[in-house]
Amino acid sequence: MTKQYDTVIGLEVHIELATRTKIFCGCSTQFGGEANTHTCPVCTGMPGSLPVLNRQVVDYAVGVGLAANCNITRYCKFDRKNYFYPDNPQNYQISQLYLPICQNGYIEIDTASGSKKIGIHEIHMEEDAGKLTHDEWEDCSLADYNRSGVPLIEIVTEPDMRNAQEVTAFLDKLRLIVKYLGASDCKLQEGSMRADVNLSIRESGSDTLGTRTEMKNLNSFKAITRAIESEYKRQMELLEEGKQVIQETRRWDDNKEYSYAMRSKEDAQDYRYFPDPDLVPIRLSDEWIEEIRSSLPELRDEKRKRFKSKYNLPDYDIDILTGSRTLADLFEEATAICGQPKKVSNWLMVETLRLLKEREMEPEAIRFSPDNLAKLIQLTEKKTINSSVAREVFEILFYENIDPEEYVETHGLNTVSNEDELQEILRQIIEDNPVSVADYRNGKKKALGFLVGQSMKKTQSKADPSLVSRILVELL
Amino acid sequence: MEILAYTAVELSEKIKKGEIKVRDGVDAVWDSINKREKDLHCYITLEKEKSYIQAEEVQQKIDKGELSGPLAGVPFAIKDNLCTEGTLTSCASGILRNFVPTYSAEAVRKLEAAGAVIIGKTNMDEFAMGSTTETSWFGVTRNPWNQEHVPGGSSGGSAAAVAAQECFAALGSDTGGSIRQPASFCGVVGMKPTYGTVSRYGLVAYASSLDQIGPLTKDVTDCAAILEAIAGFDKKDSTSALRKDTDFTAALQRGIQGLRIGIPSDYLGDGLDAEVREAVLKGAKLLEQEGALVEEFDLKLVNYGIPAYYTIAAAEASSNLERFDGVKYGYRTKEYEGLHDMYKKTRSEGFGPEVKRRIMLGSFVLSSGYYDAYYLKALKVKTLIKKAYEEAFSHYDVILGPAAPTTAPRLGESLSDPIKMYLGDIYTISANLAGLPGISIPCGTDSKGLPIGMQLIGDCYREKTLLQTAYTYEKAKGGCKVEKKSLSTIDFESAEADMRCKNDKTI
Repeated sequence: MTKQYDTVIGLEVHIELATRTKIFCGCSTQFGGEANTHTCPVCTGMPGSLPVLNRQVVDYAVGVGLAANCNITRYCKFDRKNYFYPDNPQNYQISQLYLPICQNGYIEIDTASGSKKIGIHEIHMEEDAGKLTHDEWEDCSLADYNRSGVPLIEIVTEPDMRNAQEVTAFLDKLRLIVKYLGASDCKLQEGSMRADVNLSIRESGSDTLGTRTEMKNLNSFKAITRAIESEYKRQMELLEEGKQVIQETRRWDDNKEYSYAMRSKEDAQDYRYFPDPDLVPIRLSDEWIEEIRSSLPELRDEKRKRFKSKYNLPDYDIDILTGSRTLADLFEEATAICGQPKKVSNWLMVETLRLLKEREMEPEAIRFSPDNLAKLIQLTEKKTINSSVAREVFEILFYENIDPEEYVETHGLNTVSNEDELQEILRQIIEDNPVSVADYRNGKKKALGFLVGQSMKKTQSKADPSLVSRILVELL
Repeated sequence: MEILAYTAVELSEKIKKGEIKVRDGVDAVWDSINKREKDLHCYITLEKEKSYIQAEEVQQKIDKGELSGPLAGVPFAIKDNLCTEGTLTSCASGILRNFVPTYSAEAVRKLEAAGAVIIGKTNMDEFAMGSTTETSWFGVTRNPWNQEHVPGGSSGGSAAAVAAQECFAALGSDTGGSIRQPASFCGVVGMKPTYGTVSRYGLVAYASSLDQIGPLTKDVTDCAAILEAIAGFDKKDSTSALRKDTDFTAALQRGIQGLRIGIPSDYLGDGLDAEVREAVLKGAKLLEQEGALVEEFDLKLVNYGIPAYYTIAAAEASSNLERFDGVKYGYRTKEYEGLHDMYKKTRSEGFGPEVKRRIMLGSFVLSSGYYDAYYLKALKVKTLIKKAYEEAFSHYDVILGPAAPTTAPRLGESLSDPIKMYLGDIYTISANLAGLPGISIPCGTDSKGLPIGMQLIGDCYREKTLLQTAYTYEKAKGGCKVEKKSLSTIDFESAEADMRCKNDKTI
């Protein structure tokens, strides 16, 4: 009988901040662009250049820290992490070691056994490195410093997670917070969010931590889950064989579902951290922190509660709507105009999400305006158009953000609601379909459905189906 | 009067009055360079053609009335660790032997905006590490007063160029005395302003928390005018100070009636050359006669300055110099196998021994396990030294002492004993550690005819007090004529001609 082991997991999450310019210079952070076009003497480490801190980076870092219940370090500094590598033009990275900007916080997650607090050890600010391309053919390496100096925050958790579900729940929650703040788009696949997993195992019931490994190159939630399971198994097998886990950094290969050792603790470099003398300490005054706090948007948990009490929506709707700040905002704005929360929610949850999924788009990419969605809902409420026309119009609205009123008008999609006109058409239908009419009169109620269908066809779906069936019944 | 004998401000005055042209000043400087440069080697790079183009532009602006400041039309020399757009900026290092910046240092930009004409880039100790200008990859600079002697350092090229009239004024940088000590050795005025007064943007960093740019000049008036031109807040330098009191020239003639001057007893103790001591005390006496109250006092911690300085400066240097790796610019070794080998060879071949010594020292004091014992402790000493000065400045307006324990040593004498060389910084480095302004002014010569400098240190942002004291002294002493006279007696022909010149090395 094998022993029982518990998994202990802590995370180091890097998030690329959505500032317009880099952390220490005025260069653009825009992705792509010809190699070394978003660069200047500062972010290419030219002699005599000096870094100047981008205030927005501090605002975002403090914002995330406040949302994660952290203490904000009132007097914080930048330190240099010294190591030689060509993607790092100065051969030191400006980061924070001794006095990180946020410390001792937590994020609450939902687990199978209820809610749980995951401790945040610290959040610190740092600069990203450039990108190296190795040209095997030419046997040379090329450096592109467009990414050099893009601001990052690193969030270091306490070893408070016990399984992959908790890890993904934490990352989901963190991602949502950061996205709500507008601090980053947090895309794991594109590297704007990167999570390294520190994992150790110990015998169930034990209080002491086992030797941990750090897993890198995890590019999706699935990869994270697989890597955690694989590493748990690997460590367990080592211990079962009476061997020891070595403290090391490992790299995950998601295609092979396998990790390999990159470097052990013995090879760990001495980074010779020391305070960067080119940057002055940041003194965060109460006013500054309050200014950031007061500009924080309502986060998901609060929004959920408010949506429940204000709009009386089902929990299912609220979960989906608050899952994205864009959706939530769109919902509220459209509802404010048309006063139909459930209708707005339905359009967003059903049609909008369907189209997003089809197009593999994120809610942030939605282009249509809340007033146009509200107008569409008003058109259906007034029965100016019927629901199938509305769906048609919505699709155009989704892609082109057209004004539905104008669109319906110019394309003549108004419901045929003039009863006289409709009676005329329906008489013709009855005349043309004697078999179905007979069936109906003989008690086959299904036949009515066929007649309604024929009528809709005739009116190019512009008629109100309920009105059609009422008139048909009368006429029959 | 011969053009070269004018001070910078006098020259500009003549130009603005139309008595001479900008070109005449530049001509005079090039004449002087032609005569003396091959012996002295003040410059690493000379920009003759550019200087005449610039002279023409400045002349036009003066004629149109667009330039009327005290430096309009003045030929300047710039230390080679200040970036100059389109001109080699080597820091006197083999590793930057081919580095031409695409931008100019803020101080250079401001000087040019004030109408300066740039003659060239001056020699220095490699990356400003040294006190003799002997560690330059381009060869040594000789002291114009006696070519057997060093000009001091690290801004030795700038000090020698001013003394030898190969320019009218120069910019240097001072991390532990690198402006004040060579000024003292070459008989010129040199000032290190309060940390943060002059933007460091474009100054290739040696020790970022101690580096300051400052002027080397013929007299105190020039010094004030140049400092006024280059001082000021710069948003490109986070350590730049926002200050409005940069009208330094206005303070010159205020006099020193009742000024309290303290002389630290330790500054007059062991290790101080008797002739230097005598000259400095004579200088203090003169200030007393001008109305100052002078007394000796005990400035604590003087002896801790050197170890603290060499720990902090080396630590910062070890990191600041990491970017010189052969990847992006500068020298790269010819043959190598792989990245690590390229780094190792490039840096082994590119840096000189003094720079390597400080990189190793700095890497050591920052390494894990030693950080607390050395680097952190040095920072604590720095704080204590600052406090000792604060205490001193509650009693005195100015602290007076020698700029260096001796006059200029003979060539070759210092490098053989680096510790002795480091000890030579004893009177200057604490001003850097405490971020204070300091000025060195000529106060006589020793029996060998070598100049002696008197140093005045002021409280933070009290450059005006220093300048008015120095100006009063200079006037009482009879102007800077003494030094000029001595200078004209130098026999340039007798110098040995074996000096390695910049042209000897292929770039």
